[in-house]
Amino acid sequence: MGASKSVPTREHDFEDLAERTGFSLDQINNLHKRFQWLNNHQETLRREDFEKVSHLSLNPIRSQIIQAFFDRRNFGKGGVGLVDEIGFEEFLTVMSYFKPPNKKLTNEETEANRTQKLRFLFNMHDTDNDGTITLDEYRHLVEKLLSTCETLEEDTAKAIADAAMLEVAKITVVHMEPHEVYEGITFEQFQQILKGIEVERKMNIRFLQMDTTPMRCGK
Amino acid sequence: MFQHLARTAFGCKSFVGRRLVTVALIVFLVGTVLPLGTASSPDISTRDLNRDPNQHNTDKDHNEHGHHNASRKAFPVLSFDFQRLQMPFETSLWVLLASLMKLGFHLTPRISSIVPESCLLIVVGLLVGGLIKVVGQRPPVLGSDLFFLCLLPPIILDAGYFLPIRPFTENLGTILMFAVVGTLWNAFFVGGLLYGICQLEQVHLGKVDLLACLLFASIISAVDPVAVLAVFEEIHINELLHILVFGESLLNDAVTLVLYHLFEEFAEVGQVTVVDGLLGIVCFLVVAIGGVLVGAIYGILAAFTSRFTSHTRVIEPLFVFLYSYMAYLSAEVFHLSGIMALIACGVVMRPYVEANISHKSHTTIKYFLKMWSSVSDTLIFIFLGVSTVAGNHSWNWTFVTSTVILCLVSRVLGVVGLTYVINKFRIVKLTTKDQFIIAYGGLRGAIAFSLGYLLDDRIFPMRDMFLTAIITVIFFTVFVQGMTIRPLVDLLAVKKKQETKRSINEEIHTQFLDHLLTGIEDICGHYGHHHWKDKMNRFNKKYVKKCLIAGERSKEPQLIAFYHKMEMKQAIELVESGGGVKPPSAIPSTVSMQNIQPKKPPERVLPQLPKGREEEIRKILRTNLQRTRQRLQSYNRHTLVADPYEDRWNEILLKRRKISQMSNYLTVPAPPPESPTMSRARLTSDPQAWSIKPDSDSVPTIKVDLASPQSPPDSVNITDEFGKRPTPPGGDGEDGGLVMKAPPPSLSVTAPWREEKWGEQTEEGKGEQHQQRLMRCLSDPGPSAEEEEDEPFLP
Repeated sequence: MGASKSVPTREHDFEDLAERTGFSLDQINNLHKRFQWLNNHQETLRREDFEKVSHLSLNPIRSQIIQAFFDRRNFGKGGVGLVDEIGFEEFLTVMSYFKPPNKKLTNEETEANRTQKLRFLFNMHDTDNDGTITLDEYRHLVEKLLSTCETLEEDTAKAIADAAMLEVAKITVVHMEPHEVYEGITFEQFQQILKGIEVERKMNIRFLQMDTTPMRCGK
Repeated sequence: MFQHLARTAFGCKSFVGRRLVTVALIVFLVGTVLPLGTASSPDISTRDLNRDPNQHNTDKDHNEHGHHNASRKAFPVLSFDFQRLQMPFETSLWVLLASLMKLGFHLTPRISSIVPESCLLIVVGLLVGGLIKVVGQRPPVLGSDLFFLCLLPPIILDAGYFLPIRPFTENLGTILMFAVVGTLWNAFFVGGLLYGICQLEQVHLGKVDLLACLLFASIISAVDPVAVLAVFEEIHINELLHILVFGESLLNDAVTLVLYHLFEEFAEVGQVTVVDGLLGIVCFLVVAIGGVLVGAIYGILAAFTSRFTSHTRVIEPLFVFLYSYMAYLSAEVFHLSGIMALIACGVVMRPYVEANISHKSHTTIKYFLKMWSSVSDTLIFIFLGVSTVAGNHSWNWTFVTSTVILCLVSRVLGVVGLTYVINKFRIVKLTTKDQFIIAYGGLRGAIAFSLGYLLDDRIFPMRDMFLTAIITVIFFTVFVQGMTIRPLVDLLAVKKKQETKRSINEEIHTQFLDHLLTGIEDICGHYGHHHWKDKMNRFNKKYVKKCLIAGERSKEPQLIAFYHKMEMKQAIELVESGGGVKPPSAIPSTVSMQNIQPKKPPERVLPQLPKGREEEIRKILRTNLQRTRQRLQSYNRHTLVADPYEDRWNEILLKRRKISQMSNYLTVPAPPPESPTMSRARLTSDPQAWSIKPDSDSVPTIKVDLASPQSPPDSVNITDEFGKRPTPPGGDGEDGGLVMKAPPPSLSVTAPWREEKWGEQTEEGKGEQHQQRLMRCLSDPGPSAEEEEDEPFLP
């Protein structure tokens, strides 16, 4: 498969992508193979294709993860809304959020990296794209996280989400009049409360030893 | 008394001066009693000769009744019989000295901020040893049995039980590299070069052969956990560096042990073959993995046992200690690594045991471990000082100085070399500053001394020289490196430990990240460590937790457990600080739940509960809970007494009301049938006491129900808080906490709630089902810096 004349263009595309996303050519080749395995060698990837990854079905937040791939806010081009299918370039762009830093970065670069990753997380929570994570969205998130627990009482998730929102409000907006209403978590507040986690160190996948031969991955 | 002495004798009025003199006096007094104690020891052998009336010996002086005439014995009104009690007496004196020293050092903050505690303790040991020698007795030496069987296990258990698992497993590769490869490198480098130096003509140390050198090097090359803990605890360095150095010091025990036994055997035989070398490697694997397995088995046994201890809470801590100690001893029996067994036992059993035991047992375990490890630690350093004075020394300038220099050099080279290799595999690279601290933090300690002491004199005639060198290296690392590491850390601006407590947002997002990364790994088809961690968690949840955790707790996910723990801590904090002026939160904030709740169409915010109503509600709750608690008290040796904090809680609640802040409602944990985390906040220690159903006729009960979205927000209900216990919980998720929501002012329920008429109003109140919805509120979580200070205000 693959006519020989498309190979040079493919190579050229990959070099382009390598420059833009920061991956090496090897990694891009690996990811491309994986992309093709997922979507059965077609041009684009759809949501149903993710069902091939069987282990993903055990994940409590799988729908959010899959959604993140089709969210135009993550494509780096400033669009909003959801799409139904993505190409390899978008796939690669989303993957690049999980790239480990490959050399020692300056403080500004680390900060930029962290902001970028936090933005990705924020987009995952802020499903209606109004710029804030409201209480309902947060509740939804906690419910999903606890969805694998069998004996969950319905109020627990709400209580936890409420407590978490209260905490954010107390830390970021310290004083509020009793009649004011806290609308939701903005991106700046989100950054502030998650300062302690050091997201840029944790949100990484070791792409170096990635193996994407279809025989080994997925079941 | 001492202070009078001090003041009169030395005339110093300053507080600090007085304390210093007190400390000095204590040292002097205890130091003199000890030699007196040891002075009696020669009398043991002569005890049997007392019976012989013709023998004169010193004992005669101590005894009131004379032995001159065997037939005429006056009745001994007061006698002195020290020999029988000598051993426990001396032991207690030593422990007392250690504890008093610890006390003394914390009273003099000026000195203890410059010099680390371990240095001061060694100095005290030197002084005491000197005193003993001056009196003419032989000071005791830190025997290896005493050290390995009594003094070391508590420290290691304390370290293992409270080991921070997450950073440890995340950096396990790095730690293992440093522990195994680093120690091997140190041993061979130092050993080889020392041998080379010994072979030089000028040194006259030709008898020291290669194997002896290598053995000596393997003893001296291991980083010591006791010393590292003692020094690093005071400098509050960031978590990564702490776990790297500390983890290395724990895991290199296996290497040290194997090398030690290997070279000891070979030195006896006299030659090494390749087969022996291979056997050595196999031995290492057996020792390390065997130790971990032994520890894990005992850990699982302990976890399983703790599942059944709900009726005998008093001996729960004992199981933890016993199983761990057995793990250590069992490993030592087979010459496996006892330290690794102990660590593995603590790590394996902790999550399950903590889920099963009561809050009091948890506190007990924590404080006993801290106490024992602290005393052990102090004793070890004091004994090091005493042993220095006591031992026979053979000082050889070349040997000792070259040892010290070589140790330093090899450590630095080892760390730099290994970091270069390790950084290729790490996401978060180790910087030069990190490397420096790791190299500088490689302290040697008492383990090296004890291992050296164990050497056989006949095979190693230069044992004294070895011991001298070991002691010198220990002194050098503890004094020089220990004292200078703190200013260096400040100078290099190394990142310090984050003092903030983990917030619930961080917890939620950490879990979220875990799942996210696992998902991405699955999409990539890459079986990274998130994938395996996820698999292990799933296995743990499905099979292991069911076996080892009692009751419903096994199904509780981590987030909920964390949340309950946090709630309880806040409740405790709130009440504990209720009497104080300062509000319990670090950030005074006026934000409360009403700002968070979603808007309702008719009104933007829920109306406030009028102040009078709120006070009445509080009074009701307090009296009701109090009465129930009083009823359930019963004393029994096997159950714990109800806490005397009850009355205090009463007062505090009264005081609290006077403090401002309408928005801080009290969260009182109600006993949920499901979740035993909340049972730690229960009002009696004995969970089975809850099964006593309060007789609803004589005592007015308050029924509290959680807010559920279905019920109308306007209804006011008081539900039975304890009546729910025997009945299986239906749809109401009673998972803890009263939820108060303000009733609209139209409902008139104020009338029945006057406290004076409490007795009569039950008839009125019982008829109607008043459901009061209380708004759940947490006080400000805020970044309060304390570690888990579990004050047992609730039994």
